[in-house]
Amino acid sequence: MATETTSTTLLRQTHDSPPDTASTRLFGFWVYLMSDCILFASLFVSFAVLRGNSAGGPTARQIVTLPVVLAETVCLLSSSFAYGLVTLAMRRGALRQVVTWLALTFLLGASFVALEASEFRRLILDGNGPARSAFLSSFFTLVGTHGLHVSCGLLWMIVLTAQVARKGLGSRVRTRIRTLGLFWHFLDVVWICVFSFVYLAGAA
Amino acid sequence: MSGRHTADQGEGTLRSYGIGFALSLVLTAVPFALVMSSAVSGPAIVVIIAVFAIAQIGVHLVFFLHLGRASSERWNVVVFAYTVVVLAILVGASLWIMYHLGSNMMTH
Repeated sequence: MATETTSTTLLRQTHDSPPDTASTRLFGFWVYLMSDCILFASLFVSFAVLRGNSAGGPTARQIVTLPVVLAETVCLLSSSFAYGLVTLAMRRGALRQVVTWLALTFLLGASFVALEASEFRRLILDGNGPARSAFLSSFFTLVGTHGLHVSCGLLWMIVLTAQVARKGLGSRVRTRIRTLGLFWHFLDVVWICVFSFVYLAGAA
Repeated sequence: MSGRHTADQGEGTLRSYGIGFALSLVLTAVPFALVMSSAVSGPAIVVIIAVFAIAQIGVHLVFFLHLGRASSERWNVVVFAYTVVVLAILVGASLWIMYHLGSNMMTH
């Protein structure tokens, strides 16, 4: 009986206090990102297991063009910094600056996707598509899944910019800006693992 | 209210974003330079790449994702710590199993 009373009191307390929706949403999104980590870890493991199985096709060393990967990395890192400027402008309430920095973040992210797409195109045209070997299947799946995440982030950024332009910087839009910020910086963390363990370790 | 205020303040300044960006550029440039110049080779380079990657992930978590700055975000750190444990088991155990499977199959 005593425990029941305590839980009823607790329930009433949680109902009485106003729900902190912004931090609840950000926490929920953080939990999603952590589950995304596990998805990427599975793809990294399958890549690590299959990276030697090139089936007579090209090995990692033969397909990696490090200057392109370096350019992709600089694009993504700069876009993360640009998104930091979005967050700072949002806190100052500077609407035009928010839109400007969002546009810069988008351009840098789009450059990254364009570089990756041209790399994939060249590989496929050379006959080294995902069907060539187990190594290339796991390579395309891992790098492609990250690229798909970045593309989704870009789409989200377009929608968010339109919302900022139309609705201004209300509390709901602010929460959305912070949520996309978490997503965008998180994709950088995944890319650090990709360029280190797929490209650099493959070329070394 | 004060908790939310500090959480907002904990989201970095121009200075902290600048430091994070500069550090991540350096931590990217060094392993790229080492691999592209073939200065180091063999198992040593893989260890160096891994060390720089982990350092750069740390920089991102602190300067961009602001993990664990405010006490109100303690649960973010708890979920993160749990995820690190799951990742260690998933990656470590899978590689361990597949390595032994490979060496027992004697395919080569």
